[in-house]
Amino acid sequence: MDRHAEYVLRTVEERGVRFVRLWFTDVVGAMKSFSITPAELENALEEGMSFDGSAIEGYTRVQEADMLALPDPNTFELLPWRGDDAPVARMFCDVHHFDGTPFDGDPRNVLRRALERARERDYRFFVAPEMEYFYFRDERSAETLDDAGFFDLTTQDMATELRKQTILTLEAMGIPVEYSFHENGPSQHEIDLRYTDALSMADNVMTFRLVVKEVARTNGVHATFMPKPIAGAFGSGMHTHLSLFEGEANAFHDPGDEFGLSKTGRAFIAGLLHHAREITAVTNQTVNSYKRLVAGMEAPVYVCWARNNRSALVRVPLPKRGNTEATRVEYRAPDPACNPYLAFSIMLAAGMRGIAEGYELPAEATNNIFEMTDAQRAAAGIATLPTSLDEALDAMEGSELVRDTLGEHVFEYFLRNKRREWDDYKVQVTPWELQRFLGAL
Amino acid sequence: MVALLVYPDPPAPLLAQTLDLAGYTWKAVANASVATAQIPDGGWAGAVVCADEDPEGAFGVCRVLRKGDAPVEGVLLLVNGAQLGELEHREDLFDDFCLTPFHPRELEARLRHLQFRAGRVRGSAEVTAYSGLEINTETYQAAVDGRPLDLTYMEYELLKFFVTNPGKVFTREQLLSRVWGYEYYGGARTVDVHVRRLRAKLGEEHANLIQTVRSVGYRFGQTRWGVAGG
Repeated sequence: MDRHAEYVLRTVEERGVRFVRLWFTDVVGAMKSFSITPAELENALEEGMSFDGSAIEGYTRVQEADMLALPDPNTFELLPWRGDDAPVARMFCDVHHFDGTPFDGDPRNVLRRALERARERDYRFFVAPEMEYFYFRDERSAETLDDAGFFDLTTQDMATELRKQTILTLEAMGIPVEYSFHENGPSQHEIDLRYTDALSMADNVMTFRLVVKEVARTNGVHATFMPKPIAGAFGSGMHTHLSLFEGEANAFHDPGDEFGLSKTGRAFIAGLLHHAREITAVTNQTVNSYKRLVAGMEAPVYVCWARNNRSALVRVPLPKRGNTEATRVEYRAPDPACNPYLAFSIMLAAGMRGIAEGYELPAEATNNIFEMTDAQRAAAGIATLPTSLDEALDAMEGSELVRDTLGEHVFEYFLRNKRREWDDYKVQVTPWELQRFLGAL
Repeated sequence: MVALLVYPDPPAPLLAQTLDLAGYTWKAVANASVATAQIPDGGWAGAVVCADEDPEGAFGVCRVLRKGDAPVEGVLLLVNGAQLGELEHREDLFDDFCLTPFHPRELEARLRHLQFRAGRVRGSAEVTAYSGLEINTETYQAAVDGRPLDLTYMEYELLKFFVTNPGKVFTREQLLSRVWGYEYYGGARTVDVHVRRLRAKLGEEHANLIQTVRSVGYRFGQTRWGVAGG
């Protein structure tokens, strides 16, 4: 047994941990969990715990239902909200078949595979997401807690207290926070996580969503990562800062370049842009996601990049002077309802494809892109992101890149599951239609 | 490195060879008065006393190691099977014993265990505690202001390294090789990430115990007088 596993066993004993929760993620990004007692832990660490995978979205067909959850001892953390009396800990798991091979349907395995491919070329991938979300009075109505706006400093404000508790909980679990503030929408908040390797960050995003909801719930309110809960307000995004290190050097940085970008950095961005339409179903996976991706709401709509335009799909933030390590690329399409393992995998793969194929970076977007007519943009070769889940799935279905990155199993399941979501949605009669047509027609 | 005391002088060849192979620095002493007269700076790091040939001389050495000018934790006594009866009423003179002829692996393991325990006892005040922060290397637990600090294994190892080396500046590469070891190939970014995680867990009040030394690396705690690089 390795040192990490020994340490976990020792900590469980010293801290009197009563239950260890084993966490893993289904294909659409929902967290799954089962608990084991400390007595079972040693066995779990060595051999894995078996569970019935047929009940998990996108896992297995019934005849191959039994799977193994192998806890990753690096991810052992106590759950701070469970208190010190009967501590509960968690570990993220890798899901394997009984013969010990990694299971293709496990999103953590999809990301491990994408990272391994990058590592074969000596690249290490780091990410930092900006998590946006709303607080509501409860989960049935969209009644907000306040009417404040961007950066507003609200006094005696419940949401400020919620945010503070959330950050303290995250930090106690080893998830450092860079910034947090009141976002643009009423009751909308943003917490930016400090960069770390993509696998830890995907685990962190899963933990983050749980912590935010848990803290809200204990305070009697509801937190949501729904991308667009209020029609007239900005939606919630998960802008993701991406960086690539080659050995110890920032692979995106070139001090001699006018944008501070290396050839690798340019090709990576070109890869993101080139494959943007194909990967949008993964980064924006719900029907509701596409109500955020509309013009005039600081959300990306056109496939372009810029240094200082917050409607561009890819932004290259200016690093602070002299800080070469900070050169990075911000991909602004994803929303916080995505499956972070798959989203990080697919962003990395698109960028890596750009590097491998030596894609050319198109010219930086100028403001008039947003003032052009559709025809003018088409003539200038500027694509538009999919405007609905349906359109995004069509673009994904034809993508060799997405199929290859997600693997056959996840690719097929994802399409099937999301087609069903679209089919359900398209037959709905919405309140908007009733209001508009019931009387008039 | 501080030396282990070994009795007698010269020790049996197998004993000398075992200690050398295990990487210990050691010094043989001929009798109890040499053991007190030649205490190295910082005291003996422990002792391996062989009672095979001259039990009286051996117990004499143990006795001075237990009191007087050369107190030492971690005394390993080597005895042969026929001498086991002589240990009665002498339990206080040694911390562990090992039968001769010994198996080198067993001797190593017992010695390592003694050193581990002695390290905890000897180092308690200054080495494992710093400014409200405590690290218990026996239980792998850390606490800040008496409140348990729940760390992952690598966070714990990094913090332990910092706490036992306060005031010194380490580059990321040094930290990688000393804390993570050679098996790790995550790069220096890994160090930054773990330092941030540690700071987050230490909380606002104690986060600045780990200081970033611009374009060099990190330092834990205050610079000591006479230590350059602060």
